[in-house]
Amino acid sequence: MTAERGFSRGFRWISTGSGILLLAILAAVAIFLVQQALPALTASSEDLVAQNVLPQGMTSLWQLILPLVFGTLVAALLALVIATPIAVGIALYISHYAPKRVSAAVGYLVDLLAAIPSVVYGLWGGATLAPVIRHVWTWLAETLSLLPGLEVRATATGRSIATAAVVLAVMILPIITAVSREVFKQTPRLHEEAALALGATEWEVIKTAVLPFGRSGVVSAAMLGLGRALGETMAVLMILSPGILVSFQIFDAGQQQTIAAFIASQFPEAAGLRVNVLIATGLALFVITMLINMAARWIVARRKDFSGAA
Amino acid sequence: MSTTTQARTAGPVASPGSDEVRAMLRTSDVSRKRVNRVMKVLVHAAFATAMVPLLWLLYTVVVRGAARLSPYFLTVSMRGVFGGIDAGGVYHAMVGTVMITLIATVISVPIGLFTAIYLVEYGKGPLARALTFFVDVMTGIPSIVAGLFSFTLFSLFFGPGVRLGIAASVAVSVLMIPVVVRSCEEMLRLVPNELREAALALGVPRWLVIVKVVLRTSVAGITTGVLLAVARVIGETAPILITAGFADSINFNPFEGRMMTLPVFIYTQYRVGLVPCAPSDLACVPDVNVLRAWAAALTLIVIVVILNLLGRLVTRLFAPKLR
Repeated sequence: MTAERGFSRGFRWISTGSGILLLAILAAVAIFLVQQALPALTASSEDLVAQNVLPQGMTSLWQLILPLVFGTLVAALLALVIATPIAVGIALYISHYAPKRVSAAVGYLVDLLAAIPSVVYGLWGGATLAPVIRHVWTWLAETLSLLPGLEVRATATGRSIATAAVVLAVMILPIITAVSREVFKQTPRLHEEAALALGATEWEVIKTAVLPFGRSGVVSAAMLGLGRALGETMAVLMILSPGILVSFQIFDAGQQQTIAAFIASQFPEAAGLRVNVLIATGLALFVITMLINMAARWIVARRKDFSGAA
Repeated sequence: MSTTTQARTAGPVASPGSDEVRAMLRTSDVSRKRVNRVMKVLVHAAFATAMVPLLWLLYTVVVRGAARLSPYFLTVSMRGVFGGIDAGGVYHAMVGTVMITLIATVISVPIGLFTAIYLVEYGKGPLARALTFFVDVMTGIPSIVAGLFSFTLFSLFFGPGVRLGIAASVAVSVLMIPVVVRSCEEMLRLVPNELREAALALGVPRWLVIVKVVLRTSVAGITTGVLLAVARVIGETAPILITAGFADSINFNPFEGRMMTLPVFIYTQYRVGLVPCAPSDLACVPDVNVLRAWAAALTLIVIVVILNLLGRLVTRLFAPKLR
């Protein structure tokens, strides 16, 4: 390593430089967002109102950001609740139920879901799924309204956050499945065989050996899926009929909006301070997704240390 | 896993005949067996549930997209097309998609490949650890945030309200670099250490070992990784929408003016939606915009599928036999 000269040294520098450049890009993303969000964050509420950058009736930036964060979280969490059980089921099917040849094909089919562009999901969700699934939502809303003290409304168009969440769930299914199945496959063979030797059924093997082993992996997989769902723009933009409210009416239109879809819908016509306001909301999204992704990666990394599995 | 040899061992009483033991075990196992069967059905149902949207979506895109997809559709732009005119196509969007993705690839592949080389060949210590962590973090950047970043970067130089093809390329690169790093890293790690050691022992300098041995061995895998990364970012919409805007005309110059891409085309056509037609106007097609959106969606999916198949083909044909 001592006599590194000429090209060898240059090559090392280029490689190291690329690594540093990558970190610099990431840092630049954060710095630029903060710098461009500052004018909006520091502007007085009179300025914000006078320049007409906030929706009608709002006087402070937080009145805009809070409902947007709420809407983003509602959509992503709903998607997660729908997707996780299905993804875990598919992962178990691939790792423990399906014959070897079938499981490879199934893995490929699920990966195919990840290959479809989000804008196509949006088109399909808005034009095909929404008019069909609205019947389900109407029925659900009517049934839930029978409960005393609960009033659930459902839109006749199907353009509600529930529909968006279903499409988001389909979109995050592949990543949750992929991570979970890798974890399930790493279950120590001896644990499974020990359970079998004690007379466990197929399901009991999974319940006593596979799931406890894979729990943290599934949690981090779900968090990765959550991160993806939080930042997803087009599906929400093309399906949801937005409103800026903190509302739990998930089957109704004109209630919630997510940050990403809000930015994409407002940005083409934005100028001046309005751009800064949008970047401020983008900064909020950036911070939330970064925190969730880091937490997920941290869980995965910690798990690796403990289990000894590479 | 086999299910045949289960629950046969634990007989509580030793004396009765084996038939009785068997009967006893069977009765006590009924509920466990039922749970086992139910879970088996549920696991299969989970898989079936996931296939419903996939098949439904593909079917819809193919059937509705085929209605308008034609050589004409692929070779004309939307210039001068408005209302319900039965004309217009995606040529301008395909030009934009190819330009923006190509530039993004040219930016991302060197950075991504060299970072992967650093991680695999040189990387030790805090920088390598930080890189591994932050590459993962970077994979999680929401695409719209990458768009906002590129927009602010270019508005520093070109003033507010900038819309450029190159800005979209930079935004897409931010999303593409971590993907390229990950797949290249994986491929480089597959190269057996013996090959490197053999070359080094012959006195070959380090950089030549990397170029002639490591990269030569993993070139098929790297190509596949790059193709898959391209397939992933070619469908990006939001970052391109806010950096390159949308356009009706053909634009070959990424350094000047707005640029259309296929995903943004799908979005804008869908947004316009139905058009009102006068009853006397027979040439007017009320849902022409939506039909164009579906046809563009089919085009996009076909491109993505071709890229994916190409990627798999490259691995199959050119991968060196390592084991």
